[in-house]
Amino acid sequence: MLCSGNLGAVTAEPIHRQLGLTDDELERIIALLEREPSELELAMYAVMWSEHCSYKSSKVHLGRFPTEAPWVLVGPGEGAGVIDVGDGLAVAVRIESHNHPSAIEPRQGAATGVGGIIRDIFSMGARPIALMDPLRFGTLDDARTRFLFEGVVSGISGYGNAVGVPTVGGEVVFDDCYRGNPLVNVFCLGILPQDRLVLATAEGVGNLAVLLGASTGRDGIGGASVLASAGFQEGSETKRPSVQVGDPFEEKKLIEACLELLDRGLAVGVQDLGAAGISCATSETAAKAGNGMDVDIARVARREPGMNAVEVMTSESQERMLAIVEPANLDAVLELSARWEVRASVIGVVTDTGRFRVYEGKFDAGENADASALAPLADVPVESLGDGPTYHRPMEAPSDLAERQADDPARALLERFPDGTDLSGELLALLGSLNIADKSWVWRQYDHQLFLNTVSGPGGDASVLRIKEAPGRALALSVDGKARQVALDPRIGSKLVVLEATRNVACSGARPMALVNCLNFGNPEHPEVMWQFSEAVDGMSEACSALGLPVIGGNVSFYNESSGVDIDPTPVVGVIGLLEGLGDSPPSTIGFREGQAIVVLGTTAPEFGGSEWADLHGLRNGVPPAADLEIGHALNGLIAALVTERIVTTVHDCADGGLAVSLAEMAIAGGIGFTVDIGGAVGCFSESASRIVLGVDPERVVEILGRASASGIAAEEVGSTGGDRLVATGAFSVALTDAESTWRDAIPNALGLS
Amino acid sequence: MAPRVGVVVFPGTNCELDAIYALEYFGAEAVTLFHADESIQGVDAVILPGGFAHGDYLRTGAIAQFSPVMESLGRFAQDGGPVVGICNGFQILCESGLLPGALQKNAGLKFLCKSVTLRVETTATPLTNQARVGELLEIPINHFEGNYTCSAETLAALRDEDRVVVRYLENPNGSIDSIAGICNEARNVVGLMPHPERAIESVLGSSDGAVMLQSIVASAVSGPTAASAAGRS
Repeated sequence: MLCSGNLGAVTAEPIHRQLGLTDDELERIIALLEREPSELELAMYAVMWSEHCSYKSSKVHLGRFPTEAPWVLVGPGEGAGVIDVGDGLAVAVRIESHNHPSAIEPRQGAATGVGGIIRDIFSMGARPIALMDPLRFGTLDDARTRFLFEGVVSGISGYGNAVGVPTVGGEVVFDDCYRGNPLVNVFCLGILPQDRLVLATAEGVGNLAVLLGASTGRDGIGGASVLASAGFQEGSETKRPSVQVGDPFEEKKLIEACLELLDRGLAVGVQDLGAAGISCATSETAAKAGNGMDVDIARVARREPGMNAVEVMTSESQERMLAIVEPANLDAVLELSARWEVRASVIGVVTDTGRFRVYEGKFDAGENADASALAPLADVPVESLGDGPTYHRPMEAPSDLAERQADDPARALLERFPDGTDLSGELLALLGSLNIADKSWVWRQYDHQLFLNTVSGPGGDASVLRIKEAPGRALALSVDGKARQVALDPRIGSKLVVLEATRNVACSGARPMALVNCLNFGNPEHPEVMWQFSEAVDGMSEACSALGLPVIGGNVSFYNESSGVDIDPTPVVGVIGLLEGLGDSPPSTIGFREGQAIVVLGTTAPEFGGSEWADLHGLRNGVPPAADLEIGHALNGLIAALVTERIVTTVHDCADGGLAVSLAEMAIAGGIGFTVDIGGAVGCFSESASRIVLGVDPERVVEILGRASASGIAAEEVGSTGGDRLVATGAFSVALTDAESTWRDAIPNALGLS
Repeated sequence: MAPRVGVVVFPGTNCELDAIYALEYFGAEAVTLFHADESIQGVDAVILPGGFAHGDYLRTGAIAQFSPVMESLGRFAQDGGPVVGICNGFQILCESGLLPGALQKNAGLKFLCKSVTLRVETTATPLTNQARVGELLEIPINHFEGNYTCSAETLAALRDEDRVVVRYLENPNGSIDSIAGICNEARNVVGLMPHPERAIESVLGSSDGAVMLQSIVASAVSGPTAASAAGRS
């Protein structure tokens, strides 16, 4: 096992390489220290300079995101992004990946992902009130994928429900490219009074660093470097000891203790312990304040005897926080911690040395201390740990890209399914496909209602949470990704992801306010992957600029590959919108009602690249649908206005599977059929962007068409609701009951549960 | 003066803010009762809210029963004070012997968060005194261990003495006799698995739980029940 502390063991590889450092990086450390690093120093640089902690391959690109808006209180680079939502309230949001731990041990990997992101939120002074989980797996036809899927869901459910943060939405995508490397992303949102906002800095020389929470064990050592910053090969199961183990009960106590600490003004800074454990939290807080820090690891409570300095400093044991406390407040902090049954110990002191020094036994050594207690085990410039290398990695478009883009799936599909073909079987096949099928098997296992905020929960376009402290106001949240389209053109595909997430938020009547992203990509040492990454950053930046949407935080996850094959590039975004004028019912729902006219907003073209229908037929080439940002922006504004003015209340975004699937979902949700005329295969299954389906009072159709026209949005009345069949003239006719059972049973069937 | 209703908080309890919000919504004063404190501060009624007291790593509620607050709560209940345990609170009441029976894992072995329909079976309890017998209420459940079970004798007693307070219309978790909630012999201690506090406003999907919260507040106003004060238990 790597990094077990016995760094002197005889092995084929030099120690620094075992720890994940390159030869060049070692040279850099030696030059910086002007000497050979000690064991502990080497281990600390290895985790702090890992891809996961240092963003060394991505940071040259990340500066291109637009990050500013008048309502942004805290942008990227802190524990969470924070925006002003009015009335003295703010919202903190973050998204993160826990892909590799979940691939090794799905239940604990997912659980600790949830725990970690919750700590990021309450470390800012916010009470975490919502989680969302974008998840991606291989298809469910092999036993290992079913094990991963069920394990991840039970890990999220087990941790999130017990810690008391509702999981209000998410997505689940199945695609063969994730078979060896599932993606487990976690989004968390918290709310706070603006005057409770704290940042993770160690201000004030002489202030104390207090470690709160769980004892430190041997779990998660090297999680950031060995596990998160390398791809998967055969035998990756041996990395299981690098996966941490979660304890939601400890975390719940920690939430209450830390929020009370901040409410009472007892801490000047708080930071969670995540990747790289104590090394990261102590050095980062000191570096941010421009100070130094002395740490005494003898003060760190340990789970087992015999742990050495490397293990203590790099352990990623969960449910730990670091608070920077003025000496005068220490007693109050210890008393408060005792009341919540949270362990607290002073492990460090802020200095003016600019050095990060680690000792063992110095603080309690007294006057007769021997030299070993007083000699530092590590003594490095404090900012050097967080100031890792920056790589301009080579970039190159995949050699087969032009060929793939030229192979338009529309040709094969429309040849096989010309206008007039009965598409009933195709619609049912789509409704029964894993990506479109009902996901309630997943979200029924999540508490999605705690805190009495959930106006619209999982299963709709966006999740809507009311803000109890600001009556009439609500937040709308959506997480989205569409890797198949990104793979075909990362720039356009990433724009489409932003368009879809903002459209979902707008469908609930909200104005998109901010975006966070989780950029899941393959091996950055592959030039194709870095090209995809750079293109995706550009596409997302363009879209955000056009929509006036600041990027307030993000996470990069590289090395998502198995046996040398990279995943499809998978940028996932979380969009937060603000909704005014919430009444006593949800602003919009997706279910059709009796006697409604059906109106489609937006334009449909024969665009099948990366679509669900093309994938159903094994066609994975072509180009993604056009991403017209101006139209998307106008459509968002139009639908948000129509919903907040109560002109329409039945609204559904058109996305995976096209119009036919959106219509079917609205019929199933409302328990009523429809008859429409939307043409043949193109009208039914094209995934052209920026379309929305409305169920409206027939008397308002003219008004709605007029509003659309004034906004420059195409709109058409295509039919009406009623009956117990789903009918598209000349295309399909399916019994509602068949559509519903196909859609509802697909995932339980795939798991062998029914 | 507004009736004062205590809300017990163990480490790991997580529905206390919701219970407090719901009580205040219906005009009561909510008083947080911390598990380590012995006093229950002279409240008129007590709610044990849901959550995972002490992590529920042993059996649900198994450790919470030993908290100092539970001793005072036992005396309060003995004296006829209205006590309602919701979800984890129901589990704790069973573990501490204030209610008979036990909650085991759901029949499907999965956590379930969904809306269910309940039928009110009796109105002579602090949870249902404002409801009608036979009234159907749509209220969410949110539990892994909500599958109520008890001995045949207990079940017979619960039925004969009209102590099944609410039943599921469609049994979601395998509970014996579709039991969703019960009361003690003196009828002042009630436990139920569903969460009425999650269904008090239409904007959250249902306001059917309002009648239960109103009942709790009404029981706090009227004080210990005559039957239990007379020592029927």
